[in-house]
Amino acid sequence: MNEKVMEGSHAISEAVRLCNVGVVSGFPITPQTHIIEAIAEHCSDGTMKAKYINVESEHSAMAAIVGASSAGTRAFTATSSHGLALMHELLHWAAGARLPIVMGEVNRALGPGWNIWTDQTDSLSQRDTGWIQLYCEDGQEALDTVIFGFRLAELVNLPVMVIIDAFLVSHTYEAVSVPTQDEVNEFLPAFNPRIKLDLENPQALNQMASPQYYMEMRKSMQLAMETVEDIYDEVEDEFHDTWGRRYGSVEGINLDADVVFVTSGTATTTCRLAIKDLTDKGESVGMLKIKMFRPFPAKGIQNALKNAGKVAVVDRNFSFGAGGIFAQEVKSSLCNLKDAPVVFNFIAGLGGRDITTDTFFEMYEKVNANDIPQTESEWIGINEQELK
Amino acid sequence: MRNYNLTEDVFVNPGNMGCPGCGATIAMNLALKALGEKTIVTIPACCWAVIAGPYPMTTLKVPILHTVFASAAVTASGIRAALEYQGDNETTVMAWAGDGGTFDIGIQSLSGAAERNDDIIFVCYDNEAYMNTGVQKSSSTPYGTNTTTSPGTGWKKTRKKKIMEIMAAHRIPYAATANIAYPQDLINKFEKAKSIKGTKFIHIYASCPTGWKIPSEISVKIARMATKCNFFPLYEVEDGIHYQLNHVGDQSVREYYKMQGRFKHLSDDDIDKIQNYIDSDFEVLLGRL
Ligand SMILES: Cc1ncc(C[n+]2csc(CCOP(=O)(O)OP(=O)(O)O)c2C)c(N)n1
Ligand SMILES: [Mg+2]
Repeated sequence: MNEKVMEGSHAISEAVRLCNVGVVSGFPITPQTHIIEAIAEHCSDGTMKAKYINVESEHSAMAAIVGASSAGTRAFTATSSHGLALMHELLHWAAGARLPIVMGEVNRALGPGWNIWTDQTDSLSQRDTGWIQLYCEDGQEALDTVIFGFRLAELVNLPVMVIIDAFLVSHTYEAVSVPTQDEVNEFLPAFNPRIKLDLENPQALNQMASPQYYMEMRKSMQLAMETVEDIYDEVEDEFHDTWGRRYGSVEGINLDADVVFVTSGTATTTCRLAIKDLTDKGESVGMLKIKMFRPFPAKGIQNALKNAGKVAVVDRNFSFGAGGIFAQEVKSSLCNLKDAPVVFNFIAGLGGRDITTDTFFEMYEKVNANDIPQTESEWIGINEQELK
Repeated sequence: MRNYNLTEDVFVNPGNMGCPGCGATIAMNLALKALGEKTIVTIPACCWAVIAGPYPMTTLKVPILHTVFASAAVTASGIRAALEYQGDNETTVMAWAGDGGTFDIGIQSLSGAAERNDDIIFVCYDNEAYMNTGVQKSSSTPYGTNTTTSPGTGWKKTRKKKIMEIMAAHRIPYAATANIAYPQDLINKFEKAKSIKGTKFIHIYASCPTGWKIPSEISVKIARMATKCNFFPLYEVEDGIHYQLNHVGDQSVREYYKMQGRFKHLSDDDIDKIQNYIDSDFEVLLGRL
């Protein structure tokens, strides 16, 4: 183990190098570029044995590794925002084909107006594609999540998206503890695919499926999804045994408080500071970080929030005509709970606008001022003059 | 019976879902006889995605990876990369797409693979329309054709895209046209493609009785006529510049057009105009030799 100061992007590329990946494809989009540039460099200087394919679009980036993974090789790509949107068709294809691909995804806003800054609407728009989604708060978590992401993906035969915030993680230098190759080899066994293209045993993969079979194929995906939380815990146990770190699918602090914030990504880091400040002043406030968004850890969330006074979900994303996406899911997890806490929903930090401790203090006051939340999500820091 | 010196092995099983007289099915059988068992095929959305059989069956004797409509070439590139990573430089990886999956929605990924010179064979079996979805116009549909999206007097007024020139412009090591009615020539071209490293492109003329509105029993005959009237000349291009013509046609296009329902609305004047187009295209080709 060895501490290095590196960008979040390089925490991901470093993890990919350690995971003995066989094929990497890449197409550049800010703020994902540093991930694929570093991997291209490792492939060209020979410190990585992978075949690197410079594809001509993100649609092709995913198709290339669908091909590679189907041929029995561990495969990776990374993208962001418009790139992820362009990949949409292949996201369904990769998950439906039950391929244990891992992808780095840097949360960035979608245009128009062109905006390269952080916003989760890109990855959350892909929530129904059958990918496991794991959100990370910093570079260390990103590196670790790639490594146990491959392990998880290969155990459940579903693809994993490892998600970081644009710039706040991707371009931020932090100390990251980097495992040794031997440790990773021990933790992540050689890829042994369940099915692959095989000349000795020729089969057709991903072919036409009639109504007679299709539904069972989709139910099988859901059954695999239902095993993810337990297997994730086991994988994290092993990870913890080796490296002493674990994240959980959710992480709670002071969950019995009068007000409990629900956060994801780097907003969590700011929330940690805000609740410390408030607690020091004698306020009763806690937080729940959601790391795993798919499968949605509904039981864990029910359990975590059942004793909270009020819940305040902070969404750096939005579903037009509905509300914050984490809030929708949190509400649906709590709806069958007896005496469930009320759920406030705040929209903050879209398109890279800062979420500061003051943002949290403002939200805290709003929650305290109302017994019952308004039906619509409440947008924080809006300049009314600019609304048209 | 002519003897084409073909293997007796059956690579395309009978009982598949090809229509009677389907040129694309004949094409696959010939191609695989040439390439042999050490071949992996990737197929995008197209008629062949159906012909290859629904789950849990398969038509082919070799592994197939079905992929999305736009992605035949790059899916093959990904398979190739994985095999190379595993130390397998021997297996042939073939992308097998229709004209839509080549000329239209697939052209970006095809161009990308060709520019990288990925070691794959890309085959376009050309039936000159989107047949799987019910005979809609593609950019391979020739001037004068009625399709379901160029119906009646709205028959196609633009010409077929010159895909071979586009591929030659990528300076790939090998590009060739082939025709199901010339099996020996087709097989020679696949054998050659197999022996060359880099991106190989083979454009096969594959008649479609259903879409062309011809009796299924004249499927091969019509395909032969296309080459005999220089509508679909047989030639090879090496490294984008060395052209070689394999057959010189000497017949007029009139009969070829007159025999097909998809052209039945055309007047004699229209066909004269088409004859001029074909003559000038052939001149251009001769000029490249
Ligand atoms: C993205 C996408 N758009 C449209 C389709 C519908 N589609 C399936 S096959 C096909 C036509 C294929 O035409 P071509 O490539 O010429 O092959 P053919 O069917 O003629 O053999 C279309 C439009 C699809 N599967 N995917
Ligand atoms: Mg077609």
